[in-house]
Amino acid sequence: MNTPRTTYFLALADDALISSQRLGWWISRAPQIEEDVAMANIGLDQLGQARALLSLAGAADGRSEDDLAFLRDERDFRNVCLVEREQTDFGVAMARLLVFSTWQHELYAALAHSSDAMLAAISAKAVKETAYHVDHAAHWVRRLGDGTDESHTRVQAAVEAEWPWRDELFDTDFLDPDLVADGTAVDPATLRDPVEQRLGTVLHEATLTVPQARPAYSKGRLGRHTEAMGFLLAEMQHLHRSHPGVTW
Amino acid sequence: MMLTFVTSAVTVVDVYGNDFTAPGDEPTAPSASPAGARPEEPASFVALLESEGRVEPRDEMPEGYRKTLVRQIAQHAHSEIIGMQPEGNWISRAPSLRRKAILMAKVQDEAGHGLYLYAAAETLGVDRADLLDQLHSGRQKYSSIFNYPTLTWADVGAIGWLVDGAAIVNQVPLCRCSYGPYARAMVRVCKEESFHQRQGFEILHTLSHGSDAQKAMAQDAVDRYWWPSLMMFGPPDDDSPNSAQSMAWGIKRFSNDDLRQRFIDMTVPQAEALGLTLPDTAIAWNEERGHYDHTPVDFTELFEVIRGNGPCNEQRLSHRVKAHEDGAWVREAAAAYADKQAARQSHEGAA
Repeated sequence: MNTPRTTYFLALADDALISSQRLGWWISRAPQIEEDVAMANIGLDQLGQARALLSLAGAADGRSEDDLAFLRDERDFRNVCLVEREQTDFGVAMARLLVFSTWQHELYAALAHSSDAMLAAISAKAVKETAYHVDHAAHWVRRLGDGTDESHTRVQAAVEAEWPWRDELFDTDFLDPDLVADGTAVDPATLRDPVEQRLGTVLHEATLTVPQARPAYSKGRLGRHTEAMGFLLAEMQHLHRSHPGVTW
Repeated sequence: MMLTFVTSAVTVVDVYGNDFTAPGDEPTAPSASPAGARPEEPASFVALLESEGRVEPRDEMPEGYRKTLVRQIAQHAHSEIIGMQPEGNWISRAPSLRRKAILMAKVQDEAGHGLYLYAAAETLGVDRADLLDQLHSGRQKYSSIFNYPTLTWADVGAIGWLVDGAAIVNQVPLCRCSYGPYARAMVRVCKEESFHQRQGFEILHTLSHGSDAQKAMAQDAVDRYWWPSLMMFGPPDDDSPNSAQSMAWGIKRFSNDDLRQRFIDMTVPQAEALGLTLPDTAIAWNEERGHYDHTPVDFTELFEVIRGNGPCNEQRLSHRVKAHEDGAWVREAAAAYADKQAARQSHEGAA
């Protein structure tokens, strides 16, 4: 049984892990070789964040990072649905990365002052990484938005598709208020204004329109995922689960 | 778009810095002039080679030397880029997060090697986009080893240990290649490949000391990758028509058979350390020669793979072409954006 504290750490870890899993798909499929390198790099940073956070989450009851990544079932994953959906279009990948990394950057900047020393240390490192991720995504969204007619149309459509899924990033329901009160966690609702402001600026620079979208039904924080999640986990976990108890 | 290999054209296969054709296909050595008569080599070039100096982009060089290097470096670059696929195939399924991180970093390194090598080729007056077009249209090749599938996780280990191991044996001498930019790129590539080989060995070591199923997985991978790895060095010296010219130019330093023997001598003790067997019962230490004896390699399969009939030729190329075509709108947008930015800056500058 997870404590509220563990649940919080898992939510942040799972966001990073699942986003990394989706980014890994791009390695050998990017529009140019420099971008294969960049997407691998960002995916690696996120994977590193996930490993540190999973280890932190598992420390209380002796579960390893691999136990948590490979042996939990879908309903026990706590990532937002934003990151688990398929992304085989480069415009979608960059629009999503812009949303996710901007949120992560604000989050980690705040968590660098967490009363949990380990979480603060992990966040202090991650805030530097995510600053680069935001920069990379923002550059691409500007290039695509203010590039050709085709790229403008495509990235606008990508932004429209991603926007409804960002609301869950600011959901507070899953979080025990005591964790906010004692300074461990950051209230996600407080991140909304700075994140939205930064996203709006980038979209404006990219000559894109901020969608007026209603929030998607997105309850990944409560373990209710999209249909894409089961396939993602089946692929990710299959080999590990096929050989119980061995060392890799 | 479905691409077929044009086997009647020059079918050169770069094997990480080695190149050769299948028998019956046209020879790969570029003939700089008809009837095999090569024009005089510039005196400065001859003097550089004689003094073991480095040829730099601005130096005079024979056209045949330049063409040979462009082809070899481009094919080496293509091999790195296509080589991302077989291992990339396991990124989503790596059995631990540590292994996933190492594998992502490794495949990322391969993309980086491709970038250094395309840049080295560009010093010879060619353009990366043109080289990629030649890869995509089948006019330039990549190492045949990547036309084999990665069927299990152990294949990631076998590729690191055997394929990267063979690549290193081929590439270390290229660090002393007569062409400066290629030689310098290879210094960095070899350092990273050496790390890759150790991680492949470590994957197999873990598997061969694990459960029965893991050990069987490791042995199966070594059984499948051993012979293709030996074929990476190219045909026997007697059937390698390009080698003499490349050696005279200081591009190639050792013969195919010498490099293959070096690889076998290095690998047999490592296999023993792993507790895995190599699928050749003739392997035995020959005291007199100071080398391991082995069964001669049957190149029938290699030449079939070079001709396009390997298990993954179509898959690897169409994956690469699809990525390129799917990304066209992105590259066009980046170019259009850069043009707009430049125009805005010049407008501001004029104002």
